[in-house]
Amino acid sequence: MTAVTTDANPQDARKAGRIVYLAAVVLLCAWVLVPLYFLLINTLSSPEAVNSFPKSFFPAFDLGSLTFFANFGGMLSALKNSIIVAALTMVLSILIGAPAGYALSRFDFRGKELFRLLILLTRAFPLPLLALPLAVLFIRTGLDDTALGLALVHTTLAIPFAVLITFSLFSGIPIELEEAAWTLGCTRLTAFTKVVLPLILPGITASAIFAFVISWNEVFAAAVLTIENRTLTAFLLQTLGEAPLHLKFAGGFILVVPALIFIFAVRKYLFAMWGIANR
Amino acid sequence: MNARLLPYVLILPVTLFLAVFFLYPFALVAKQAFTQGAEFTFANFRDVASHWKFPISLKNTMLLAAAVVPVQLALALLMATMVNRMKKGRDLVLYVWTIPLGISDLAAGIIWLAIFEQSGFLNSMMSGLGLVDQPVNFLSYQNPMMVFVAIALAEIWRATAIMLVILVAGIGLIPKEYYEAAEVFGASPWQRFLRVTLPLLRPSLQTALILRVVLAFEVFAVVAALGGTLFPVLMGEIYSYQFDLQNGNAAAALALIVLGISIVFTLVILRALRVPKGATI
Amino acid sequence: MTLISKLSGAVSGLAILCAATAAQAEVLFWSTQARPVEEAQAMRDTVLSGFDGGVDYQPNEDGPWLTRIKAELEAGQGSIEVMGALHGNFSAMNPDDLQDLGDLGLSSVSDTFNSLAMLGTDQMQYIPWMQASYIMAANKEALQYLPEGADINALTYDQLIAWTANVEEATGEKKFGFPAGPKGLKHRFFQGYLYPSYTDGVVRTFASPEAVTAWEKFSELWSHTNPASTNFSFMQEQLLSGDAWIVFDHTSRLAQAFNERPDDFVAFPAPAGPTGRGFMPVLAGLAIPRTAPDMDAAKALVGYMMQPETQIATLRATNFFPVVDVELPDDLPPSVRAAGDAVAKMSAAPDANPGLLPAGLGDRGGDFDRVFVDTFERIILAGQPIDAVLEDQKKTLARIMEETGAPCWAPDAASEGPCPVE
Repeated sequence: MTAVTTDANPQDARKAGRIVYLAAVVLLCAWVLVPLYFLLINTLSSPEAVNSFPKSFFPAFDLGSLTFFANFGGMLSALKNSIIVAALTMVLSILIGAPAGYALSRFDFRGKELFRLLILLTRAFPLPLLALPLAVLFIRTGLDDTALGLALVHTTLAIPFAVLITFSLFSGIPIELEEAAWTLGCTRLTAFTKVVLPLILPGITASAIFAFVISWNEVFAAAVLTIENRTLTAFLLQTLGEAPLHLKFAGGFILVVPALIFIFAVRKYLFAMWGIANR
Repeated sequence: MNARLLPYVLILPVTLFLAVFFLYPFALVAKQAFTQGAEFTFANFRDVASHWKFPISLKNTMLLAAAVVPVQLALALLMATMVNRMKKGRDLVLYVWTIPLGISDLAAGIIWLAIFEQSGFLNSMMSGLGLVDQPVNFLSYQNPMMVFVAIALAEIWRATAIMLVILVAGIGLIPKEYYEAAEVFGASPWQRFLRVTLPLLRPSLQTALILRVVLAFEVFAVVAALGGTLFPVLMGEIYSYQFDLQNGNAAAALALIVLGISIVFTLVILRALRVPKGATI
Repeated sequence: MTLISKLSGAVSGLAILCAATAAQAEVLFWSTQARPVEEAQAMRDTVLSGFDGGVDYQPNEDGPWLTRIKAELEAGQGSIEVMGALHGNFSAMNPDDLQDLGDLGLSSVSDTFNSLAMLGTDQMQYIPWMQASYIMAANKEALQYLPEGADINALTYDQLIAWTANVEEATGEKKFGFPAGPKGLKHRFFQGYLYPSYTDGVVRTFASPEAVTAWEKFSELWSHTNPASTNFSFMQEQLLSGDAWIVFDHTSRLAQAFNERPDDFVAFPAPAGPTGRGFMPVLAGLAIPRTAPDMDAAKALVGYMMQPETQIATLRATNFFPVVDVELPDDLPPSVRAAGDAVAKMSAAPDANPGLLPAGLGDRGGDFDRVFVDTFERIILAGQPIDAVLEDQKKTLARIMEETGAPCWAPDAASEGPCPVE
């Protein structure tokens, strides 16, 4: 490798690079946040303001639209259902998915490619078509209209993420690390729990986040498979498409907030990985 | 435990689970695609493929994926490496960048429509700055390019975070020593990225790409919100067969075609970014 | 291992808990109507709160609505007691799956509606529940550009085109709004308004020379139409935002504009063509699936929905008009007054040419609609030649009519056997 030291003044170049870098970070943050800010403005505007032109770029703090939803019957129980379903989805998809991710990364076995394809197929086929046979199955078995039933369907959606993310994480951990642990007297299982698991915990968190938001945002199965135990998304988003504009925005906002809080709450597990990996 | 059996034991739960909750309903739906009345036939495939909208929606879906996925990959890589070398505020920045993950495609469609519609925020901004006299109609049939750009922007905004999270998790696993060694040899940041980050990130890159490409073929809600009837995509046609036309056979046939396309692309990515067993680190 | 077993224990514990709370108490009303959040809330608060025993009102989009009811029918058991949907939703179902409601002794004042509700059988498969129509609406600012001598309550298509052209000339913007978006009801305009007004038919005259004229006129109108119309599905939004000044849509999809700013907009009848002023009703009905768990409660709810007071409450909540004989009170919301007025003028017009809803198409109703949507997209959006497109789509239409054997409906002249495409 040849060193690149042609810069006339490395000090200046580094400073310029630093500015470009900071500017890029700020710009990318703005790219994500500005559309959300618009959503916030529209949520906090009166119906007239939502329909007006040109639009104001500062929220008017009109709470009319939000109050409408606050008085909307059944919001709280729908919120509770959403959380239960999403939590179940999270636990199920990791319990079921992570072992497969480990197997894919560590072993060569017959049918491996086929297995990987099967995992991916689940995301390549539209759920609304599968919902009919699933609903018939659930009605017959009594899983219909339960949080567990819906969580099972959401788990099929989340599993590809759980399997593939854990697979890529396990692949990133040298097998020598495990082998060293075996020679030091660990069994395969204890080597896994004591050495590997702590390393990939952040990645597990990543797939947990996926599972949570997938379940949280899924509408169709939720609308078909829950009646009494509607989730918040089925409850709100179902009807949101045809709501007057100001309620559309407020409803969208209400759906976004819990997901943001969840990601915020678990972010430290996700981002703790540097502490471990960069020993 | 027998080392030959162990992998099968490990994949057993997923396989059983998917057999019940995916393969079983999938088989029933797939059967529909090959039947009309009671007889076995390929007529459903012929019908959907010969409909005048099929080539258009296929082309649109492909074009959108081709425009969106590479940009998302580059953007996610850029963001992931930027986060990686950040010292202060890393948590906050990464949190902000992962926010779109929590936003459903329906909500994203609502948000971006508010930006691009005639009396939307973009027009408000442009007329506020005096760039235009009266609001521009961005999403009109006279301007298909603009509609495409709007949809692509919204998709990039919404779905880059999926790749970002996977790549960030992967980059975190690359030991610092490699970079230190590269630095000792005098590698520039760009060389370090090319020679260290990219090769070692291959497993995560593969995962991120496959998931993103498969999901790109399923794109629907954002397109429907911004493109209206102007930009038909395959998934929209499937829903229209299933629910408007109540032709479950045709819907199933078209869904199988989409599935086939996804499989082909998945295999290509798998081959191109082959991941060695265990890890070479 | 302990952690995993603990977790799985917790999961099954939760599942039992959830299953236990899923006890059936209220009558489940599964509907495709009154979906917008405000309407759904009004249904629950004001319309259904008076029913003894309570109602669980669940409005859904057509997709989940249909999937759920199909699943219950296939499983042979379910929780849906009463279904509320459009005529088209019911006619796509197998009549055997719907309970015969003849013994309830309920019907609408319209014989046409009652016979539609039999879905081609000799039983009441659903009870006509409420009705609406499509009308025109305009921003009052547009009125100054009305062509000379035009009466807004007796417009012709030519005058409408001239009017939209005047508006474009004066404002520099195309201000006619047409619901051509994915959820827009554009096909109803062609089936119930454009075709009857120009060809005095829908099926028979599909590819007639008059139909070519009709599409030429529509292209002319389209040239003054807001090009973003392909994104419009609820014209109240564009009326309120000012993106469109003159619009056509379903009465309940215009309601919000009139209720929010009643003084700014006018509602008026659809325009007339050479063969009269074509217009079309919207009919929603109530049915009971054969899988309803509590037939008596379901029938009681249907009976309750048909009482005059409930019908008026429904009108306030949804902007759909009663189908039974009721005396309308004076204090109705502005949207109801405006729409009711326009519909009344439209029906009473000397050149009125009312059409019926497509009947006898069964589950091919969607294919029938698609013929018109495809024709529109090909001629107007893709710019293909009118003759060729009509000739091509005609084959599809003829096949649908032959396969279903559906006889002609008004304004087409009656037919022996399937309605022919001439």
